[in-house]
Amino acid sequence: MSENKNTNVADLKQKYKKQSQFKEIFKRLLRNKSATAGAIVVILLLFMAIFADALHDYETQVIKQDIMNRLQSPSAEHWFGTDEMGRDIFARVCYGAKYSLLIGFTGAVTSLVLGIVLGAMAGFYGGKIDNIIMRFMDVLLAIPGTLLAIAIVASLGSSIRNLIIALSISGIPGMSRIVRSSVLTVKDQEYVEAARAIGANDRTIIFKHVLPNGMAPIIVQSTLRVASVILSAAGLSFLGLGVPAPHPEWGALLTNARAYIRDNSYMCLFPGLAIMITILSLNLLGDGLRDALDPKLK
Amino acid sequence: MSEKKYSVEIKDLCVEFKTDAGVVKALNDMELEIEEGKTLGLVGETGAGKTTTGLSILRLIPSPPGVITKGTIKLNGQNIFDISEAEMQKLRGKAVSMIFQDPMTSLNPVITVEEQIAEVIELHEDVNHAGAIQRAKEMLELVGIPGERGPEYPHQFSGGMKQRVVIAIALACSPALLIADEPTTALDVTIQAQVLEMMKGLKEKYKTSMMMITHDLGIVAEICDDVSVVYGGHVIEHGSLEDVFNYTRHPYTEGLFRSLPDLDNRTAKLRPIKGLMPDPTNLPEGCVFYPRCDYAMEICKTVKPKRVYRNETHYVECHLYDEQSVKDGGKIGK
Amino acid sequence: MSEVLLDVKGLKKYFTTKRGLLHAVDDVTFTIEKGKTLGVVGESGCGKSTTGRAILRLLEPTGGQVLFEGEDVAKLNAAQLRAKRKEMQIIFQDPFSSLNPRRTVSQTIEEPLKLHNVYPNEQERTQKVLEIMETVGLAERYVNTYPHELDGGRRQRIGIARALALDPKFIVCDEPVSALDVSIQAQILNLMGEIQEQRGLTYMFITHDLSVVNHFSDDIAVMYLGRLIEKAPSEVLFSNPVHPYTQALLSAIPIPKVGGKKDRILLKGEITSPINPEPICRFANRCQYATDRCRSEEPQLREIESGHFVACFLTE
Repeated sequence: MSENKNTNVADLKQKYKKQSQFKEIFKRLLRNKSATAGAIVVILLLFMAIFADALHDYETQVIKQDIMNRLQSPSAEHWFGTDEMGRDIFARVCYGAKYSLLIGFTGAVTSLVLGIVLGAMAGFYGGKIDNIIMRFMDVLLAIPGTLLAIAIVASLGSSIRNLIIALSISGIPGMSRIVRSSVLTVKDQEYVEAARAIGANDRTIIFKHVLPNGMAPIIVQSTLRVASVILSAAGLSFLGLGVPAPHPEWGALLTNARAYIRDNSYMCLFPGLAIMITILSLNLLGDGLRDALDPKLK
Repeated sequence: MSEKKYSVEIKDLCVEFKTDAGVVKALNDMELEIEEGKTLGLVGETGAGKTTTGLSILRLIPSPPGVITKGTIKLNGQNIFDISEAEMQKLRGKAVSMIFQDPMTSLNPVITVEEQIAEVIELHEDVNHAGAIQRAKEMLELVGIPGERGPEYPHQFSGGMKQRVVIAIALACSPALLIADEPTTALDVTIQAQVLEMMKGLKEKYKTSMMMITHDLGIVAEICDDVSVVYGGHVIEHGSLEDVFNYTRHPYTEGLFRSLPDLDNRTAKLRPIKGLMPDPTNLPEGCVFYPRCDYAMEICKTVKPKRVYRNETHYVECHLYDEQSVKDGGKIGK
Repeated sequence: MSEVLLDVKGLKKYFTTKRGLLHAVDDVTFTIEKGKTLGVVGESGCGKSTTGRAILRLLEPTGGQVLFEGEDVAKLNAAQLRAKRKEMQIIFQDPFSSLNPRRTVSQTIEEPLKLHNVYPNEQERTQKVLEIMETVGLAERYVNTYPHELDGGRRQRIGIARALALDPKFIVCDEPVSALDVSIQAQILNLMGEIQEQRGLTYMFITHDLSVVNHFSDDIAVMYLGRLIEKAPSEVLFSNPVHPYTQALLSAIPIPKVGGKKDRILLKGEITSPINPEPICRFANRCQYATDRCRSEEPQLREIESGHFVACFLTE
């Protein structure tokens, strides 16, 4: 018996709070110490990346040359020492986070979006569509990522934008595979059939029922993909194909440091550490997310 | 009174599981006995503790979450908590066997059927491989499967036949006690009938004691000699088949019978038990059945009922009864 | 005099498999009158679930007609079918997998209303959701709970609520209580019976549990390997089963009474394959009364007395 026949929707939402699914996942993640550590580092890096210009003035700190003070070892004044142009390595490494994370996240997100579109279509419709899409993905996969990047950069020029394009493309096949298999698993669930029974069309079913329930492996893959893109970007920059000078991208810093590795090894050490810690943290976070999102692994 | 021999005796058994949601009290002062050669029906619904009881007898409770906090289990007079794991392994499959509900997953899909039966024989008896395979074929014949089908793989058999293979494995070493956990629930009713007939026949031939775990009172009536009704990890009524079916005393047992559609009176309305099974992390203080009981009294809320005997075999734990009224009955509707 | 709501004629559903054509549902014909319940029983693989889904076109029928109030559902186009869905609904067996784990109770019940834009006003829609929840016995406080927070019985109530949301005339109930505990089964069956009386619903009740189907149905159809082999009013089927399979099926039910078991008919042999079946009686290889005719011709469904149909040569 409901006395109040005109129950306000807002009142209801207030009275009976939804158990937040995010809170549950968050709690599980926090219980995992290494994942939490990874998450904290990633957040720190993001902070450094987003506020890079506020933290270090580009002109005066990052690219300012000071030949008088070149090749100085780490000291109180220059925490990471100076490079062959006298530039403060600490400022360069911190600022470099901006490039790596920008390229990493943008590249991963682009692959993600395109991967979802292609993978969902392939998985949901099956048959010829599935075949065409997946065979096309196989062709893309057959091209080594580095080679593809070289080809794109060679034809379009070396810039951050072209780097992102190259790395996005090479990530699409992997992402669409994951999305496809996730969709295949979920689409045979009975609640999808139930949605059909009440009259939902394909689009509603894919976006409201299938994808939301298949997100877990996709999220994990995306996190790991960021790490992978960052590593590839650093590698390409190292080869001179990535971010052009004087941008202090970590891979570029490594290239610079190559000539001085014997006597001024600190020049390699810090950019290298930066790359390593970033990748490690992203991987730990990704693993932690996988465990947190899979309720069976309690 | 003649000395009865028991295949298994469980006393004061308490089993807990530590989970994220809290401590699950699966079994609470569980007590149970099965006489040699007899079949006990362990009746209850999901979460009552039936499977946990069966696994406890085999000492197969997974040990990080599960803990046995109290109690003894004696198999043929020997307390299984006193022996080592190695000695326990010798008992499993030989002195006591268990068959599980789902035949699809009980069998290893990449090993032939006769090999799986032979495996248990070789583990416990002193025969060579060829001899074990021969015995395995004989077991297959015993459960109604032609011996020539021994080299086939599980997927080549239907559900009912797979379950027969599972039974063959369980009986291969002629165990004194067979624990069957809902062995026919996953089967069609006509196949269930065949399998039950077969089990009855084997039971008589080998004088095996059996614990039949089930929620189906029809199966209990067919194959069991005695019945223990489990609720909240505890036996709340126990007796011979006739005692429990014809002289039902506990309100929960009565509720189980009333929930069943009556084949003779099809339009009679079903009278379900109101409410739900208790939360095992937060069991009621007094009688476990109190929140759902139609006959509940004040005392039921705080005091656990004591056991009252109606005759030598039949007892019930309920505040409705004392020594006299339990014999007269009439306290509940049935 | 009840009118016929559903008239199924010669319904067929075949699946193409590597080994041949699987006859899941083969030439099934029956009618259901308005306000009544037809129980459909049979063992696994008999085609009862497939029949239910084919009627709702959750699976596309391979052949035959499904006349719902005279209109052939099998021939409707996508838009017409969508509109028809308001009148024909389904309740699934598994209360765990038939609910989207990321939707709350109210979101699940609300979805059909939103899809068909029945109550454009959010206030009215919420009101309707609350009414339905009350009808199925779900307390108001569960509006924002997720399925995994609830037990099987409550989850099944959500499934029933979802089926009722569009005020359908006909509901296919695919083993709605098989996954529930005995005491909960009784609660849900009582609920379904009450709703039927209040709203004049017509049910097709698919189950393998014979005692439940006896209690709940007006008529019962027995299926075997895709064929409808016997159909009769419930009391008649139980007191006078004619087809040998029906007899074996009924005798196999374990009776919860001491000394309840009389002589049981045990079927010999194994069920034959539904792939490329021969045009003979599909039960012949297991039937104790099988004759040569049974092994060479396929019996058709005939009315042997009023309302009692059997497909068996023994009746001829």
